[in-house]
Amino acid sequence: MIRIHCPFCGERDHSEFAYGGDGSVVYPALDASAEAWHDAVFLRENIRGLQVETWQHVNGCRQWLRVERSTVTHEITSVQACHPGVATVLESEQ
Amino acid sequence: MSSFECTDMTRYSAWSVFKNGLTGQRNWGRAWRDPEPKPQYDIVIVGGGLHGLATAYYLAKNHGQKRIAVLEKGWLGGGNAGRNTTIVRSNYFMPGNRAFYEHSLTLWEELSHELNYNVMFSQRAHISLLHSPAARDAAARRYNTMRLSGSDGELWDLPTLKAAVPHLNYAEDARFPIIGAAVQRRAGTARHDAVAWGYARAADQLGVDIIQNCEVTGVQRDGDNVSRLQTSRGDIAAGKVGFAVAGHTSRLWQMAGLGNLPIESHKLQAFVSEPLKPLLDQVVVFGVGGAHFYISQSDKGGMVFGGDLDWYKSYAQRGNLPIVQDVAEAATSILPCLGRVRLLRHWSGVMDMSMDGSAFICKTPLSNLYLNAGWNYGGFKASPASGWYFADLIANDRPDPVIAHFDLKRFERGVVIDERGAGPDPKLHG
Repeated sequence: MIRIHCPFCGERDHSEFAYGGDGSVVYPALDASAEAWHDAVFLRENIRGLQVETWQHVNGCRQWLRVERSTVTHEITSVQACHPGVATVLESEQ
Repeated sequence: MSSFECTDMTRYSAWSVFKNGLTGQRNWGRAWRDPEPKPQYDIVIVGGGLHGLATAYYLAKNHGQKRIAVLEKGWLGGGNAGRNTTIVRSNYFMPGNRAFYEHSLTLWEELSHELNYNVMFSQRAHISLLHSPAARDAAARRYNTMRLSGSDGELWDLPTLKAAVPHLNYAEDARFPIIGAAVQRRAGTARHDAVAWGYARAADQLGVDIIQNCEVTGVQRDGDNVSRLQTSRGDIAAGKVGFAVAGHTSRLWQMAGLGNLPIESHKLQAFVSEPLKPLLDQVVVFGVGGAHFYISQSDKGGMVFGGDLDWYKSYAQRGNLPIVQDVAEAATSILPCLGRVRLLRHWSGVMDMSMDGSAFICKTPLSNLYLNAGWNYGGFKASPASGWYFADLIANDRPDPVIAHFDLKRFERGVVIDERGAGPDPKLHG
């Protein structure tokens, strides 16, 4: 069981969370070229090692989180709120 | 053992079993050689799984190719070849999948004779349980399509199903009461290790060098060509190179400097129970709502079953506990008699989950590199046809029409082969 330290709820089992996906994907502007959209929607780096990904605490605060996790050992090195404003506030409070 | 010659190989037969039985089973020869890698081959297949071995076999058998090597980083049968639930079926619906999987099933039907190796293919029927009129309508559409394209498929009502599999949970107050089943009688199971060993032995007899403990660590390019592969057992030059390393395709692709692929690596668990007396004669599949479960009984008596992915991306060949619980819940909900059966082992394999749930057998941006990848959940049943068409692609440098849609450009064209209609999220294509 992976344990995720939710910045809102504390450390919980990963079974409380839903996996989003690759958090490094940046969607292009709506009027960007078809190639740019193709690459963002369909292509993945598929990192073997530390990657940024999104998880949602569905059975908790329902917040989306940005998690840095190794795809080999499953070790988590950082967890932040996805919302950049919320993440900044939480960090400044610490 | 490298001096061992192909000609010493025994052809397996009732007579050879009898003779070796009388002499205490001491005189069986090696099943395949253990050659040192040569500095150069005409064709190098990276990946000694079922797809790689089948490809090498059909390259030699169907296309008369010589000087072929298969490079395997571990041992044969140690990767996904030995980490599946051994189910073979062809109940695919989409154009692009339909003809391919049907051809695979017809190859399975003759595979033991073809390879002179008993792969224990058992056409015991594949039974997908149905739980609602809508599911029955969808199954009717799918299975009628299969029949119209020359395959077999039938819909069973409840009395027929009860007569065939009497001990499922038929309670009317079950969370998802069973109302019937969609059945493919020609589907079934095979012994996964035997498939790897059978292809390896047959390919070896045709002169293919199968090189184990040989990991590719680098791909050297000469412009738009792969010139040589760096491996843990030295550099190997190759005329043509085929990648068949499902689970780790992205890594090799990046070693070749080719960027990103429409693939994520996820892991799927499978389970086997302690051996039981004969209990289940068919493959039974339960899939409704959030549940996904498939089960059969091996010839040793173990109940072999599996469920969903572990849901998050991973290259670790070990499963997580929440899925063990999910699968156990599904098992006891449709086969309550398994409640006190003990689990013997569970394991996990890393697989290529593609963006539309379908595979790739295609040319690549490099002129002498070919790709076989993206098998999602379905790699085991696909392996004979996958090898067949990948060999054809490598030998003739053009895809057969049957696999013309298994290319990387289909996402650009907007012609995805999304059997589940789940969209571009790899973890949903289970």
